[in-house]
Amino acid sequence: MPILQIRQAIRDAMKEEMERDERVFLMGEEVGYYNGAYKCSEGLLDQFGAKRVIDTPITETGFAGIGIGAAMCGLRPIIEFMTFNFSAVAFDQILNNAAKLRHMTHGQFGVPMVFRGPNGAAHMLGSTHSQAFEHFYAHIPGLKVVAVATPYDAKGLLKTAIRDENPVLFLESELMYSVKGEVPEEEYLIPFGQADIKRPGDAVTVITWGQGVPVALKAADLAAAEDISCEVIDLRSLRPMDEAAIIKSVKKTNRAVIVYHGWPNGGVGGDIIARIQELAFDDLDAPVLRVCYEDLPMPYAENLENLILPSPERALEAVRRVAYKR
Amino acid sequence: MNQSEAAPDPAPQGDTDNAVDAAYEAKLRADYDGQSRDDVLRDYREMLRIRRFEEAAARAYTRGKISGFLHLYIGQEAIAIATQQVMEPGDRVVSTYRTHGFAIALGSDPKACAAELFGKAAGLVGGVGGSMHFFDKARGLWGGYAIVGNHIPVAAGHAFASQYTGDGRVTLCFMGDGAVGIGPVHEGMTMAGIMKLPIVFVVENNQYSMGTPLKRTLPVEDITARAAGYGFASDRFHVTSVQETRRRLGEAVERARKDGKPTLVELITYRFRGHSMSDPAKYRQKEEVDRWRLNDPLERTLMALKLIHKVPEAELDADDETIVAEMDAAYEFADKAPVPQPAARFDNVMAEGPYYGDSATTRPAGVE
Repeated sequence: MPILQIRQAIRDAMKEEMERDERVFLMGEEVGYYNGAYKCSEGLLDQFGAKRVIDTPITETGFAGIGIGAAMCGLRPIIEFMTFNFSAVAFDQILNNAAKLRHMTHGQFGVPMVFRGPNGAAHMLGSTHSQAFEHFYAHIPGLKVVAVATPYDAKGLLKTAIRDENPVLFLESELMYSVKGEVPEEEYLIPFGQADIKRPGDAVTVITWGQGVPVALKAADLAAAEDISCEVIDLRSLRPMDEAAIIKSVKKTNRAVIVYHGWPNGGVGGDIIARIQELAFDDLDAPVLRVCYEDLPMPYAENLENLILPSPERALEAVRRVAYKR
Repeated sequence: MNQSEAAPDPAPQGDTDNAVDAAYEAKLRADYDGQSRDDVLRDYREMLRIRRFEEAAARAYTRGKISGFLHLYIGQEAIAIATQQVMEPGDRVVSTYRTHGFAIALGSDPKACAAELFGKAAGLVGGVGGSMHFFDKARGLWGGYAIVGNHIPVAAGHAFASQYTGDGRVTLCFMGDGAVGIGPVHEGMTMAGIMKLPIVFVVENNQYSMGTPLKRTLPVEDITARAAGYGFASDRFHVTSVQETRRRLGEAVERARKDGKPTLVELITYRFRGHSMSDPAKYRQKEEVDRWRLNDPLERTLMALKLIHKVPEAELDADDETIVAEMDAAYEFADKAPVPQPAARFDNVMAEGPYYGDSATTRPAGVE
């Protein structure tokens, strides 16, 4: 099976969908002649031309809105944010137009489109460029929110996102574009709302997604060395969320740790805990813990950033605590 | 291509106690020269339908039948009528929260419009939108947006789709003078200019950004001065009649359709009511409103019918009664129409069908 980087899997997903459906186009900053700020659109301009691979000025609100307006006319836009940090500039378009137009027009219009780009902290980018946006978008009915951690998932989920009739927020990671993995040559789609057990285990459930996945897997390795067996569940999509997979695992392990990028307050992690305590209260043998950013803006200094980021070591410490092995 | 006029006096001069003086009549005759009786009568009736719809809305609001925000179009009707007249099938109007006038002009059923104001299932958007979110796709009304300025990039997206598919349609995107300072307007226009989209941006300058006059919101009062920065053509004029508005909007629409070039049009107009029904408009003097009434396109059209075409008062009164009856029937229908079913709140959230929430922990009782 071919081995691809995540960036190549993303490019292949877009390329195949653009070949399949001429309504699909890619728009964003530097997606064309520059081949993408992170080379996720390499070669697409050459193949599809400037009509369908469209460089924009720095106008996130402008091109997010253009995508929405085009989707309402039946096109299938892929809008690339150079980073999801810049989606904050377009937040009103996503919150008030993309998410709501089907509803407020009573179904006269749909908004079938994808907003994609890297999300979360990378390395020493400072406070404004190191934020995780799934916590904002997963709050909003009308949207779907997906976060990927492997080339296989990236390709299969992006193709699903492009074909979805709803607006989809597709979250990637700057630090993970070079992550390699097997990707089948034949076409496949991965449905939303299906978690993937990235590592089976029976002592502690570790729930994660996106950039949290490698942290959780490393923590599971460290825990295994201490004879604690972790089951690592990659949610892959946060809205819809595979609640059944979480509850099934928690009923088995009776313990859960959530590992993710983002602040603790008001985020997806707390939401998962709310679901677990309501649906599996009697199965819990320990409080559910979160391993995420400290509740602080991200500093530039490497040593300070490392203290704030969720690390395998911090995740291991949480695993020990819920397993009462510390 | 820049047809900007000298800035019109925001409050036209005139003797309000003796409205129909010789100067007024001479101007009226000049403006309506060449217009057939039937055309003028049609424009009058169409404008009057909007005004009577809006007056009925104001009465219903006062009686507590309409809640939320209600922004009336009274004074600006000629713009919607002229817009309807320059549109071809498939062309799109994208507008604001002050959008009833476009719905009535484009042929939306007043019953459905009134029912929407009343939050009823038979409303234009099933009662989920209210006054600010009128959409009627089949008639070319593409909203209905109430976050000021955030529809400008969306409208540019419609025009982009026309360019992408070559469907030959033109998008007309309306906004108020109060919108032009907000970011999405700049970004949407920048994109439209770069991509040379088939779109007409129309600023309905009704003199007030809510309660704040132009002088305090616009660094340069001529809004079309901005067109040069986007590479747009521009036009700016005082809306005093349907036919002049139609002619000049029509030029902009043809420029979009034939040349794929955007135009920024500033229409100088006036709203005779407050910003919304909760605004008593204490920031302006009665004298100012009275002076603007001399320029009210509806009143001028009525005078043209009387003075130039000698239409008998009885015929005009009968027309008015017919229209009042149509609108009264619409509001009576709305009053009696059923509210949405409880399960209607699950509709149109997601494309897949009824949506009950993403978690077993938050779904309403009784749904799967």
